[in-house]
Amino acid sequence: MSGLFDLAVAVARIAIMLIFCLTFVVVLTWAERKGAAYMQDRRGPNRAKILGLTLGGIFHPLADAIKFLFKEDFIPDHVHRLFYQMAPMFALAPALMTIAVIPFGPPVTIAGKTIPLQIADLNVGILYVFAMSGLTVYGVILAGWASNSKYPLLGGLRSSAQMISYEVSLGLSIIGVVMVFRSVKLSQIVASQGELLWGIVPQWGVVVQPLGFILFLVALYAEANRTPFDLPEGESEIVAGFHTEYGSFKFSMFMMAEYFHLVVGSLLVATLFFGGWQFPYLASSGFVLPGGFSIGLPGAVVLLLRIGALFAKVVFFAWLFIWVRWTIPRFRYDQVMRLGWKVMLPLSLLNIFATGIALLLVA
Amino acid sequence: MTEVVTYKREAGKLDMQAEPMLLNIGPSHPATHATLRLIAELDGETILKLTPEFGYLHRCFEKESESHTWTQVVTYTDRLNYVSPLMNNVGYAMAVEKLCGIDVTERCKYIRVLISEFSRIIDHMVCIGTNMVDLGALTNFWYFWKPREEVYMHLIEPLTGTRLTTGYTRIGGMAWDLPDGWEEKARGVIEHVILPAIADVNALLTKNRIFIERTMGVGPITPKDAIALGFTGPCLRAAGVPLDLRKDETYLVYDRFDFDVPVGEEGDTCDRYMVRMEEMRQSVRIILQALDQLPGGPVNVDDPRFNLPPKQEVYGSIEGLMNHFKHIMDGVQVPAGEVYSATEAANGELGYYIVSKGGGGPYKIKVRPPCFPLFQGMPRLCEGGMIADLIAVLGSVNIIAGELDR
Repeated sequence: MSGLFDLAVAVARIAIMLIFCLTFVVVLTWAERKGAAYMQDRRGPNRAKILGLTLGGIFHPLADAIKFLFKEDFIPDHVHRLFYQMAPMFALAPALMTIAVIPFGPPVTIAGKTIPLQIADLNVGILYVFAMSGLTVYGVILAGWASNSKYPLLGGLRSSAQMISYEVSLGLSIIGVVMVFRSVKLSQIVASQGELLWGIVPQWGVVVQPLGFILFLVALYAEANRTPFDLPEGESEIVAGFHTEYGSFKFSMFMMAEYFHLVVGSLLVATLFFGGWQFPYLASSGFVLPGGFSIGLPGAVVLLLRIGALFAKVVFFAWLFIWVRWTIPRFRYDQVMRLGWKVMLPLSLLNIFATGIALLLVA
Repeated sequence: MTEVVTYKREAGKLDMQAEPMLLNIGPSHPATHATLRLIAELDGETILKLTPEFGYLHRCFEKESESHTWTQVVTYTDRLNYVSPLMNNVGYAMAVEKLCGIDVTERCKYIRVLISEFSRIIDHMVCIGTNMVDLGALTNFWYFWKPREEVYMHLIEPLTGTRLTTGYTRIGGMAWDLPDGWEEKARGVIEHVILPAIADVNALLTKNRIFIERTMGVGPITPKDAIALGFTGPCLRAAGVPLDLRKDETYLVYDRFDFDVPVGEEGDTCDRYMVRMEEMRQSVRIILQALDQLPGGPVNVDDPRFNLPPKQEVYGSIEGLMNHFKHIMDGVQVPAGEVYSATEAANGELGYYIVSKGGGGPYKIKVRPPCFPLFQGMPRLCEGGMIADLIAVLGSVNIIAGELDR
């Protein structure tokens, strides 16, 4: 009985998290287009209708999906068929797997059992995240190589160099966080961020690791292939980069992977640097303000507030991704490399060094 | 101290025993914005050799002109630089008028200045906008597309009835006068749309570190090379040569306006952008002065050889009807001779070399498009750079295939 219960809970957690993220991806594609239109002084998508309702073009992602599904699944003659078909899966799967370790709420107690709101609370936490995000590069390289054509090859070449370079900074930039919170378990990191620093400021990652946050954010943009680091696609230079030869649902899978990276990236930033599900000054009994005031709240409300807090943070960072994309131009390939190795890497090493000294002094 | 040895590759030689990769950029590529082709020999992403190829948009402009009347050719000139068609009309009409030895009316000159400068502004806007699309900054494109649209909607469409194929000039004048209230609308568009858009894009780009890195030092050219290759217009001025036909060989009434000619230093993509941005502001200055000075009076020369007779005469008298018929069927009679007349178009010197054997149509028209020398200069600008640089340069020199291939 107990085993069945555990199984049901595990399946429910996976289902909820996946459905949430996939829905968010769909909404994000709409938000990208509508947000771009909002910034660029135009209307954006507003044609797709259901029962005469356009609702600001929210049905366009649905129309896109239907279009992609019903298009001919065309495979050009000159491609390597096996790798060509594997590439979109390799692009999407690791992104989906990354969300497994992200806690989306505090542990709850149901029927006497404590259930962590997290698909898997691995003790290697962050390392798992990097293992997975390291795999995403295979999708891009495979796509570039298997397409057997010049523009995808250049795109694959660019992205492999870029993603591998920024993997280093991405990993090093959060070592500071790990040092401060003394754990690689994401649940532990989030729990530590609920404490207050000097009794006033929430001990969020961004407060104790400001440089680490900036480095992580920049590296994340590079990892997710977003502007200003969207060279692997760089539509005006190398047509569509690694997915030039892809069409129909395979192309759609690349798109989904791209937006999934956005969601995972936003979740990671929120979890590592903005307290994850922590709501400022909200303890499990209610609000506890620094001056000694406290407002009691029922447990269910606290839980909802906390999950809502994570959601709000994710929405904000997803919007930031969109905002940046439509504001600044794209780097050049060698400039990206220079930034990665000559600026980001020394700065992240410096950050680790400074964090170490600060921790020694505090201790 | 050990000396850092940088490995310098000899031209055309690769690291490994390999062949350079041939990459076709165009004729249909997102960054060409028209049909032109660049064949790049690549080592990795570095361009070893670049071969520009043109002719994909050849429409026999010059040959077609030979079988049309002088006035009919006006509509062909729209299709040269289709981003600023009004300017081509003006350049052509001036060349033919030079051959005829007629002097157009004051009002006509001012109107030509006004439409030329508006065309220059929208041409530069399209150039910068599309260049920014290629650099991945799509928002700037839309920021510039909106004022362009406003110029079309409030000024060019009421004036000519069309957007692209304006055909507004005639030999010896204009097709018709400015519509009522055009001057106020022009002021309104400048104040409420054009200037804010320039300020917006300026704020987004000019001090943007990524933009500077992408453009500064990319595709530079020395003044000597630029002159040798025949560069004109913003690309030559960006290299530091202050040649502007509006000032140096002043035509129409440009000598009556107070405006500056911006010049760059390096001749790189950044300078070309800066020169274009400043030229738009200078064009605004010219337009405002021209609107202040705009005189009344007729727009066409008072000469029945060049003017269509008034409609009342056409319908009311046989002389008028015959005159109209001869005008339309035989065309304006232009004396025999050869003439070269150039105007400062948005991209540079737009020259018309016209040979007339007398009669109603040209014997030969040769256009000197500003894009042609720019396009032949592409290898000079891009070899040794990367593909991304090529895209940035291609956008910044503003090659319009319609004008390149004619």
